[in-house]
Amino acid sequence: MLEALLCVIGRDLRLAMRRRSDVATALLFFVIVVTLFPLALGPEPNLLRAIAPGVIWVAALLASMLSAARLFAADYADGTLEQMALSATPLGAIVAAKVAAHWLVSGLPLVAIAPVLALQFDLDQSLLGALVLSLLLGTPVLSFIGAIGAALTLGVRGSGVLTALLVLPLYVPVLVIGAGALDVAAAGQSSEPHFLLLAALLVLAGAFTPWAIAAALRISLE
Amino acid sequence: MSQPSLVIGNINWFKYASPQTFFPLAGAMIPWFGWAAAALAAAGLYVGFFVAPTDHQQGEAYRIIFIHVPAAWMSMFIYLVMAFWAGVGLAFNTRLSHMMAQALAPTGALMTFLALWTGALWGKPTWGTWWVWDARLTSELILLFLYLGFMALQAAIDEPRRADRAGALLALVGSVNVPIIYFSVQWWNTLHQGASVSLTAAPRMAATMLAGMLLMAFAFWFYSIAASLHRVRTIILERERGADWVKEYARGLR
Repeated sequence: MLEALLCVIGRDLRLAMRRRSDVATALLFFVIVVTLFPLALGPEPNLLRAIAPGVIWVAALLASMLSAARLFAADYADGTLEQMALSATPLGAIVAAKVAAHWLVSGLPLVAIAPVLALQFDLDQSLLGALVLSLLLGTPVLSFIGAIGAALTLGVRGSGVLTALLVLPLYVPVLVIGAGALDVAAAGQSSEPHFLLLAALLVLAGAFTPWAIAAALRISLE
Repeated sequence: MSQPSLVIGNINWFKYASPQTFFPLAGAMIPWFGWAAAALAAAGLYVGFFVAPTDHQQGEAYRIIFIHVPAAWMSMFIYLVMAFWAGVGLAFNTRLSHMMAQALAPTGALMTFLALWTGALWGKPTWGTWWVWDARLTSELILLFLYLGFMALQAAIDEPRRADRAGALLALVGSVNVPIIYFSVQWWNTLHQGASVSLTAAPRMAATMLAGMLLMAFAFWFYSIAASLHRVRTIILERERGADWVKEYARGLR
């Protein structure tokens, strides 16, 4: 089974590398959304420093949702998804592999570029570690939850906006805890509880959402 | 199609799982629940407006509690009932359960909206503001989004069977998330600011106030049952329009 999962991850990564512009688009979206906030709110450094964690987290959440919305679209269109559902490997495991590949392609670049954007907001450099760690733990959860929305709206008209409506309320706990970690760190307290909670959410999401996603895909494939 | 049967004490409990047999039963129950709701609401409003004493802190403004609290209770309760029927529908593949879940959603959304709206109207005279980012208000708002997402998903899918099952899965995922959302929001609020307004430390309530609130809560409850039964009857007619008994029923109406 492990072999099949590695194969799915390798395939999705290879597909992404063949169409690099798709990967770059989500990343560019993230950067542009973050850039809009100083333009709208003014360049006052104290204000920017205060809003930086929230802005970066919200932008990461939107970018992750937009890229997750197309997670199964190509496989659904060319029939690969049906073959995956029919294969001997459990669909839940395959789905987990697909989500992992999706995170490597769309989540990890966000985490990598976030500190640079934080510097634009003059965020204290001692907080960069907390920012990266919170995103590193939080963005995979976003990918898992986003995949549920993508699976439910597969092939439905207006699925992009619909996915947003379904998924954004479910993102709330991750956003609250993730952005909260930085607020606590900025106040000079330990944000370890936040990281532990994010890790707990990640474990829960990793254990249960693949089966919900698989059930949703089976409903959509019927 | 043969009907499954679960016979306990001479009653076949699956008899009313079929839309055809449930349709007249629902029709017979609607007047009972509807009139009971009207009578309870009349009694509750009378107690609320004329019997319950004026609050020594909030004056007359507190009387919106008789609408606000029952609506808030029902908004959460209906989501649980909806998720329950969605789960039953997924597990036993019964069409009626999915129809029931679909029929409950608009009433639940209405109750959530009412709770938020009356909360805002209550907040203005007592807290001096329409909205506070309090944990309860925020999680109630997110509950409204969950209802609307459920309804939007069902509306977007044309094929009824897929719409049912997709909606059911979403309702179940949502019901797992509701407690997580509630606690995360509560935690977020205590982190950002001390609780400037607390609803939890309620002053001890006069017995008549409590009585009025309970009467209204039952009125809302029965109204919700009557409204969703009425809606489920419409959904049954719409979905089963090809069936003979529906055609016969329609001929009888002319």
